[in-house]
Amino acid sequence: MSVPATVVTPPLVDELDIVIPTIRNLDFLEQWRPFFQPYHLIIVQDGDPSKTIRVPEGFDYELYNRNDINRILGPKSSCISFKDSACRCFGFLVSKKKYIFTIDDDCFVAKDPSGQEINALAQHIHNLLTPATPFFFNTLYDPYREGADFVRGYPFSLREGVTTAISHGLWLNIPDYDAPTQLVKPRERNTRYVDAVMTIPKGTLFPMCGMNLGFHRELIGPAMYFGLMGDGQPIGRYDDMWAGWCAKVICDHLGLGVKTGLPYIWHSKASNPFVNLKKEYKGIYWQEDIIPFFQNVTLPKECTTPQKCYIELSKLVKEKLGPIDPYFEKLSDAMVTWIDAWNELNPSTNGATTLKVELSKPK
Amino acid sequence: MSPPSLLSLAIDATLLNLHNISDLSFLPEHVLSDLFLRTLKAGKLTERILKIFIATEKEEVISMIQALNIQLVMTPVLPTSKLMSQVSIDKNEVDIVIAAFHSDLTSFLEEWRPIFSGFHLIVVQDPDLKEELKIPKGFDIDVYTKLDIDKLISSSNASMFSGYACRYFGYLVSKRKYIISIDDDCSPAKDNNGDVADIVIQHITNLKTPATPIFFNTLYDPYRKGSDFVRGYPFSLRSGVPCVLSCGLWLNLADYDAPTQSLKPELRNSRYVDAVLTVPKYSMMPMSGINIAFDRETVGPAIFPALKLAKEGKVRWETMEDIWCGLVVKVVCDHLQLGVKTGIPYVWRNERGSAIDSLKKEWEGVKLMEEVVPFFQTLKLSQDAVTAEACVTEMVVAIKKEKGRSHPELANAADNMVEWVKIWKEVQSRVLV
Repeated sequence: MSVPATVVTPPLVDELDIVIPTIRNLDFLEQWRPFFQPYHLIIVQDGDPSKTIRVPEGFDYELYNRNDINRILGPKSSCISFKDSACRCFGFLVSKKKYIFTIDDDCFVAKDPSGQEINALAQHIHNLLTPATPFFFNTLYDPYREGADFVRGYPFSLREGVTTAISHGLWLNIPDYDAPTQLVKPRERNTRYVDAVMTIPKGTLFPMCGMNLGFHRELIGPAMYFGLMGDGQPIGRYDDMWAGWCAKVICDHLGLGVKTGLPYIWHSKASNPFVNLKKEYKGIYWQEDIIPFFQNVTLPKECTTPQKCYIELSKLVKEKLGPIDPYFEKLSDAMVTWIDAWNELNPSTNGATTLKVELSKPK
Repeated sequence: MSPPSLLSLAIDATLLNLHNISDLSFLPEHVLSDLFLRTLKAGKLTERILKIFIATEKEEVISMIQALNIQLVMTPVLPTSKLMSQVSIDKNEVDIVIAAFHSDLTSFLEEWRPIFSGFHLIVVQDPDLKEELKIPKGFDIDVYTKLDIDKLISSSNASMFSGYACRYFGYLVSKRKYIISIDDDCSPAKDNNGDVADIVIQHITNLKTPATPIFFNTLYDPYRKGSDFVRGYPFSLRSGVPCVLSCGLWLNLADYDAPTQSLKPELRNSRYVDAVLTVPKYSMMPMSGINIAFDRETVGPAIFPALKLAKEGKVRWETMEDIWCGLVVKVVCDHLQLGVKTGIPYVWRNERGSAIDSLKKEWEGVKLMEEVVPFFQTLKLSQDAVTAEACVTEMVVAIKKEKGRSHPELANAADNMVEWVKIWKEVQSRVLV
């Protein structure tokens, strides 16, 4: 990325919130200070609410613990997971900004091959502010990047692209593997810096990792519900996966784009694979049914907003996935509760009627 | 109950102290056998102890070991691993096909010698090129000229192989499993470490490792060394599907169309993206013929010079036959559960031709894409089409029906596809000299 000659105001400084779930501490913020300090932080404290989480000096933040979540949402707080990073979506709910960037507390600043520190937030913003191209694959990846363009054969009518709703970043060092893979390859580290951002084509699902993620809250926020995970639930470590599948289906339906690739962060903490296996166990089996479900979902034309899409999806989840396990019926109800909470906390700005999104197909 | 005998107690004591014992050969056979059985019962038969028993060479114990089929574990128990990153390349499986537009191939072949050496090359001379080709020594090369084309192909079809399309003749006459083909304005590129990118090894590796079109892997090719499937990737999809087409990329002069290159004459691709990934199912893409490799046996019938633009020329900006071909191949692959990869290897593409001159010609190719892409995106083939030929045959019917009347060049393309499949079948069944 090119660097400006003079200092400029950080982009979107009044339009973006950084949401961080944490149960330990926020020491990692020190390293991010030059990139994050101008922005507002929303800290979601998981676990024991009586514990005090210290936020480093100089950051502008709001912090919510479990007591706050219960107080603000009342009975609806049942949809927010406990003892799982899924609780981060509470931060999406209460934010009043147009964009969200969310990052885990074990993610640090990575360096690109030239040794320069990567401003992950700036890259996400760039991804979100440039169009995506889901209708036809560009072999030179992101055509809007400096030094690249659409290749020969790319239809001109598709070169305008669509609005990018999600920017999915990657990780150097500890890769985001599932428990079985971690057990087989405990020493594998991701050292390959792939210098590309690309759009995930329409109709293609992907595993969305919540560690390093940016999105357009107004366009897709209601679909970024991270499900019922962790304490009291039969499954864990599938929160971001669930949100990703729902969000991609809805993005495809609403004609929005999802990008993946840069920026990289440095993921430092390898979680315990045996603990992970226990959490993921059911998910590993269930995903065999869940994926075909999402691949075959079609949403009716009348669903013109993310909320409407999500409610429709929740009905389909209950109908089609309910038979697999009662968990999905609970999840379906939680999805509805989430939308209720979303609409309650975001009355007019994300109102179902004011949002005009095109259900565009390629001409 | 009678108390245990002194012998029995002694054997028990031995069992307790087995870890200190390194030799049992002094024991009488009946005592040894009893000890062996008690060792088994106590679950104390380790590899070391088994070796000590075997070393006594006492018959009864040895026959007990054999009867129970007790074996030393020779190989370590490893978790099931995927394909190793080192894919073996059999030179007899590969043909490298080059189309020659210029008679002097010396500098081109010399540049590629370190990479092409030892492989069989097929050079097809552009029928319009009158001069004889100059080829340096030391290559295993077969050259095909207009004469060869005319011998094999009827005169009505020979025009299919003019210009850039002459390379397809090479695909036709090849007898090998894999084809690698690059334009003659390409040189070897260097990767980010400064090493020369070996397009042969990379293309064949791409073709010999599975593709993953059904679900996107965010760490790109999971079969690459240092990579894997990420969390959330369904296990049932991790064996992938066979990859039959590998599309490489270009540094320096990328494969842009004439309008783009004219608008941005300084635009050069300097970004080496160190990734290869599968193009997802149902996603269409522009296949550039500049740097490709494919499984000839499986998709050969679907890779053909069908779409000829009226003002087609000798510069890449003035062709579309590869783009058309790529759309056809992708539909075929999606239907037959085969994979297409894109990304590395890179070639370095040299300057040639003027984009602005190409612009002056009527730009029908660009207009055609608007029609053609939506058509392919919604094309569905029947269950009965289980080979590439069958798929192409069904496609021809659909093209003629939906686009034939409004677009004569597409109707022609469909006719060419029919001819190609016929010629392909004929050539494959013959024994060629």
